[in-house]
Amino acid sequence: MRKLILSLLLMAATLSAVAGEAPPASEDPALDARVQAISEELRCLVCQNQTIADSHADLAIDLKNQVRKMLKNGMSDKQVVSFMVERYGDFVLYRPPVKNTTWLLWFGPFLLIAVGLGTLYLKLRRRSDQNIQALSAEDHEAAVKLLNSGKDLS
Amino acid sequence: MRRFLLPLGIFIVLLVFLGAGLRLNPREVPSPFIGKSAPAFNLTQLHDEGKTIAPENLKGQVWLLNVWASWCVSCRQEHPVLLDLSRRGIVTIIGLDYKDERESGISWLQQHGNPYSTSAYDRDGRVGIDYGVYGVPETFVIDKKGVVRMKHIGPLTPESLDKKIIPLVKELQGA
Repeated sequence: MRKLILSLLLMAATLSAVAGEAPPASEDPALDARVQAISEELRCLVCQNQTIADSHADLAIDLKNQVRKMLKNGMSDKQVVSFMVERYGDFVLYRPPVKNTTWLLWFGPFLLIAVGLGTLYLKLRRRSDQNIQALSAEDHEAAVKLLNSGKDLS
Repeated sequence: MRRFLLPLGIFIVLLVFLGAGLRLNPREVPSPFIGKSAPAFNLTQLHDEGKTIAPENLKGQVWLLNVWASWCVSCRQEHPVLLDLSRRGIVTIIGLDYKDERESGISWLQQHGNPYSTSAYDRDGRVGIDYGVYGVPETFVIDKKGVVRMKHIGPLTPESLDKKIIPLVKELQGA
């Protein structure tokens, strides 16, 4: 009896597992493509390492809808992006703009590589300069003797 | 000994950058509205659908716009601070109920206290986007001419009130 009730209860529980309807196929793929392209350039300010295209945060979804609405109203891609920058500042751009303030961010690594390579070059040149000193005759003999004496020990 | 000065110097410079970088909080995105007019809006009042409220109505006084919601946990954290501030009567506080259900907002205020002279009801969050809101609670200090002077991100604390907001408000009120 208990098994019957248990199995009935379990079956009843599955009633809630109704498959959702698949979202409708896009009615405007061109618009979607533009929304996607712009969304990939905007940062989600809540999950800050994601674009609003990737993020599932409420804000990301709101902003995507806002982008879609504005594109539908006929705004250009550039206008949509500057709309966002006006309200959220430069940080909303996923790729930081190249300005005076971000110059070091963009070109810093190349600068460091150049400095590193330059230092390496100078160091190597200095070292090779040092090696050009020829041994004096006595030092040469002493060296030969030492090297030869080493053979006996093997 | 001198050979070690250069790497040591470079290391210390890197340490300074690390120290500075660790202190910066990426969640505090500076508002591009500082020094600009508060974005216009015209929303219904939370407690009275028949009435509206806009920044225009508040010209001539210094006011705080506090973005809150009934679903926002941090807002509950800052609420006592806001209630205290409203009791002190230093500045008008206007609420912006962000992406909320009207009934939820009203009952939340009833339950926890209402520090706002009025709350504007922003159901779809559009006004929030216009203000660059990305994480409630956020508080804007707006001067008599309707220019945004400061944005405080996150819950208000007695410290931030006493050290930054109240001094700024008093300065703006004196102007």
